[in-house]
Amino acid sequence: MINIFEVNETNEMIEKENLDVRTITLGISLIDCITDDLNKLKENIYNKITTKAKDLVATGKAIEKEYGIPIVNKRISVTPIALIGASACKSSDDFVEIAKTLDEAAGKVGVNFIGGYSALVSKGMTPGEEALIRSIPKALSSTKLVCSSVNLGSTKTGINMDAVRLMGHIIRETAEATKDNDSLGCAKLVVFCNAPDDNPFMAGAFHGVTEADAIINVGVSGPGVVNTALKKVRGEGFEVLCETIKKTAFKVTRVGQLVAGEASKMMGVPFGIVDLSLAPTPAVGDSVADILCEIGLEHAGAPGTTAALALLNDQVKKGGVMASSYVGGLSGAFIPVSEDRGMIDAVSAGSLTLEKLEAMTCVCSVGLDMIAIPGDTKASTISGIIADEMAIGMVNQKTTAVRVIPVIGKTVGDEAQFGGLLGYAPIMPVNGYSCEAFINRQGRIPAPIHSFKN
Amino acid sequence: MKKTIITVVGKDTVGIIAKVCTYLANNRINILDISQTIVQDYFNMMMIVDMNDSAKPFDEAVDELRQIGEEIGVVIRCQREDIFKSMHRV
Repeated sequence: MINIFEVNETNEMIEKENLDVRTITLGISLIDCITDDLNKLKENIYNKITTKAKDLVATGKAIEKEYGIPIVNKRISVTPIALIGASACKSSDDFVEIAKTLDEAAGKVGVNFIGGYSALVSKGMTPGEEALIRSIPKALSSTKLVCSSVNLGSTKTGINMDAVRLMGHIIRETAEATKDNDSLGCAKLVVFCNAPDDNPFMAGAFHGVTEADAIINVGVSGPGVVNTALKKVRGEGFEVLCETIKKTAFKVTRVGQLVAGEASKMMGVPFGIVDLSLAPTPAVGDSVADILCEIGLEHAGAPGTTAALALLNDQVKKGGVMASSYVGGLSGAFIPVSEDRGMIDAVSAGSLTLEKLEAMTCVCSVGLDMIAIPGDTKASTISGIIADEMAIGMVNQKTTAVRVIPVIGKTVGDEAQFGGLLGYAPIMPVNGYSCEAFINRQGRIPAPIHSFKN
Repeated sequence: MKKTIITVVGKDTVGIIAKVCTYLANNRINILDISQTIVQDYFNMMMIVDMNDSAKPFDEAVDELRQIGEEIGVVIRCQREDIFKSMHRV
């Protein structure tokens, strides 16, 4: 029988250490909505989303009440719209119409975000995919809840450098189109290498074509819980350190598994995966950087950071995998700068640089995330940053991503405010040397060899 | 049977258990087990209850118990047992 100390431990995690279910994401396939008539397509999409997701928010609230655990976000992901709209959309503006429909449907069912305004172009772009990509600045500046992602490369296909070049411009245009809000549009836009089909986290969630008609994916979060557990074993050896992280990750993930199962039962939608993540928020005590400090660093970014993060990420997975029947998504420690108070402090203190963050992305999920850069950063430089990150993902057979925000009108020394869970960020300096001639080359980087690992 | 855990945490005062138990009895909620301890000078009680015959729907009972807690200056939580079982039992 459960005892009072176990009950208190769980409730302390929720009350004082910010344990929460970060998101319940309902993946919805829109493949059966496809038609060549734009108005009919919009109607089909709206109807399918508002039917399938009508109980999502109520279900989330009911679970919150039954178990006394906060469920921060309720979200929807849909099949990449580049595929769904390819037949009906004759221009980028037609795609923007679909973005508005998604926004309306998401508003109607009351979710926080809808993801899947996406294109998967890791090897090549169809005209439809290119039109969607070119529509992103307008789509993100004329909607509130829509998130967009583009997969630019994979270990199997290499990196589509034509798309990488294009995305440099698209990110800049999105920043310009939303410059009144510190270029907030770019916070809703992410590019990937090896994008997973079942990621529940925004901005990169989309419902892959390999998925069923509808599916429940859940992301848990508990950096504060891990941090508190580690405080109790300060000074101990690596064995104790790793065991503590593993046990804590197990407990946190079990809650995600329970919530996923319950949501699946209540909505009559199959359970997909639990994403084992340490996802920070700007709240005090909800920081991945603080865990790195507790492991023994003065600030995130100090020498040893990559090793500490690699250890943390691996133990989270080891503990979490046993706690859940199906694990997927991004699964690991997230290091978004603007959403993590400890990361923000590390950048402000001059300890954490873009280059160190890039090294950190080699050992954790997901990539260069929520990083504010000067508003006058050239498109080719942004493409260069993306290419570097895609290469890390491609060669290491892992998911990597880039979500940088060139904050128009601001530069190093200024701060960008995104609000809510997206937080705020000091503008970080970017290497000013040019990579234009490299980025201007046409074609793609071939897939890497899978032997002779060094 | 779905078991529910009620926890009461706060400054010790006269009649906490009486108040909670009266509410449970009035609403046909059966107490299966009670344990109580003082942690860092705070009153700490856990009850395992069966709400199958409860007169109130779960969410209403959660709100009303919280209200009772506010009246007597303690925090009363009411949660399904599953969250604790899944976290602490393999």
